[in-house]
Amino acid sequence: MDALLQQIFTGLVSGSFYALLALGLSVIFGMLGVVNFAHGAFYMLGAFGAVTVLDTIGVSFWLALVVVPLVLAVLGMVLERTLVRRLTSLDPLYNFLLTFGLALILQDLVRLKYGVSSQPYSRPDLLQGSFNLGLFTYPRYQVFVLVFSIVVSVAVWLVLSHTRIGMIVRASTERPELTSALGVNVGRWVTPVFGFGVALAGLAGVLAAPMRAVNSEMGGDLIIVIFAVVVIGGLGSVFGSVAAGYLIGMLTAVGNFYVPALSQSLVFILMALVLLLRPAGLFGREESMS
Amino acid sequence: MLSVHGVSARYGEAQVLTDVTLDVQQGEIVTLVGRNGAGKTTLLRCLMGLHRSMSGRVELDGVDITRRSSHQRARLGLGYVPDDRGIYASLSVEENLLLPPVVDERAWSMDQVYEAFPVLADRRRQTGTHLSGGEQQMLSIARVLRTGARMLLADEPTEGLSPLLVQQIGDIFRSVREHGITVLLIEQNLHFASSLADRHHLIARGQVVESLDNSEVKEREHELLEYLGI
Ligand SMILES: Nc1ncnc2c1ncn2[C@@H]1O[C@H](COP(=O)(O)OP(=O)(O)OP(=O)(O)O)[C@@H](O)[C@H]1O
Ligand SMILES: [Mg+2]
Repeated sequence: MDALLQQIFTGLVSGSFYALLALGLSVIFGMLGVVNFAHGAFYMLGAFGAVTVLDTIGVSFWLALVVVPLVLAVLGMVLERTLVRRLTSLDPLYNFLLTFGLALILQDLVRLKYGVSSQPYSRPDLLQGSFNLGLFTYPRYQVFVLVFSIVVSVAVWLVLSHTRIGMIVRASTERPELTSALGVNVGRWVTPVFGFGVALAGLAGVLAAPMRAVNSEMGGDLIIVIFAVVVIGGLGSVFGSVAAGYLIGMLTAVGNFYVPALSQSLVFILMALVLLLRPAGLFGREESMS
Repeated sequence: MLSVHGVSARYGEAQVLTDVTLDVQQGEIVTLVGRNGAGKTTLLRCLMGLHRSMSGRVELDGVDITRRSSHQRARLGLGYVPDDRGIYASLSVEENLLLPPVVDERAWSMDQVYEAFPVLADRRRQTGTHLSGGEQQMLSIARVLRTGARMLLADEPTEGLSPLLVQQIGDIFRSVREHGITVLLIEQNLHFASSLADRHHLIARGQVVESLDNSEVKEREHELLEYLGI
């Protein structure tokens, strides 16, 4: 029983990364209508960002947690203005070509500098060791990741549900054309929203650095699962993405506990089931599909 | 106030509007009448800057707005009430009202809006799409009144509503006119249109086939009904 609980906890920690990545992907898709295949590469850049600022100028994990997402937000906004913006009037195929191409370029640039071996990054001193969670002990760092990701998700949710910017993002996600016909300059919010989504991916990357293998492939493996998470949660549904993130993390871990052979495919079986039974996703609205 | 010169529009290969020319004077209620598929909605979308493949010219108070984006047109005082009412499911009733920015000092305050539409006040915290059809229509109209729009472009606001609600919508437009707001209204119900409007443009197959004063419409109501097939 304890072993199962521990496994569930591990799943929630994985789910933390799913949630942060799916959240950014979902906001970007909602507002821009762009499926960002480069999202995993931004996550990878976040982790390498943490490694680089530590190695070169000795920036600690805590500072990296702030600085790296900010830098990535700027990078994201530049890419949106120069490249992604041009996708609006084009065939969706270009969306795939551009963002997937970007991912490959970013990965190769990192490989050029760091090679293929994983970079070491140690946990911050404050988060060494373990917590005793009653039934089992668990590494402090992992507990921190879970709590921190929940705090970030709740904060984003509060901003989306209680501020004017959040209202504009929700409205533009649901009906971009109508929203501009009502006098809202939707285009002005597109760049910051893209930057914000990229920053969230970068944040997840920094969080991953002390506990995952930091190499150029780390984003590519994850992104496929994230797409499944977003589809399960409901395309464009912010709440759905976060909830599905933790849910999928947990279910995968439990599935892995009982049927290890299924660990890789479970998420896609779930996705297929959701698509069959509720094509708009668990938390998606049927009308937003049209 | 609004003048439309030689507007043509297409969906891909299909020509939907051909050389539409009409005008609306300050303070008038003018209707666009025509049967299904005549191109009325498309014309309103052209005026709002939502339909890209169009040619011709649109002027608002003598200013050429043909090249302006939709949000700029809204800020110049055009208030859009779309045919599906355009109520957001992800916004509460109050948020639906607060979303469009105020564009003019004549804007209604929230208190005024709630006084004129008490049902919206009672339901301000509810999800916009949980309102009934009539309530959603009122919300859609109230939403653009709150911005201070100088002119409403309303696409079949009475469609699917009970006679009592149609009556209420008529009263709303009368009081809107009293506030000095101009209205361009799409309407299939000729009887309702003639009880309200000053002038009418008949649209058929993407063209304005006749422009009539209200008195003429009243005289020729039977003939026109037959002609329109509605
Ligand atoms: N998205 C679209 N793609 C292709 N053709 C369209 C599209 N929307 C409308 N049409 C066509 O354009 C023509 C005009 O349509 P429009 O919606 O403007 O008519 P309408 O007068 O508003 O009709 P209704 O009274 O049914 O609302 C119709 O023949 C319609 O089939
Ligand atoms: Mg129509």
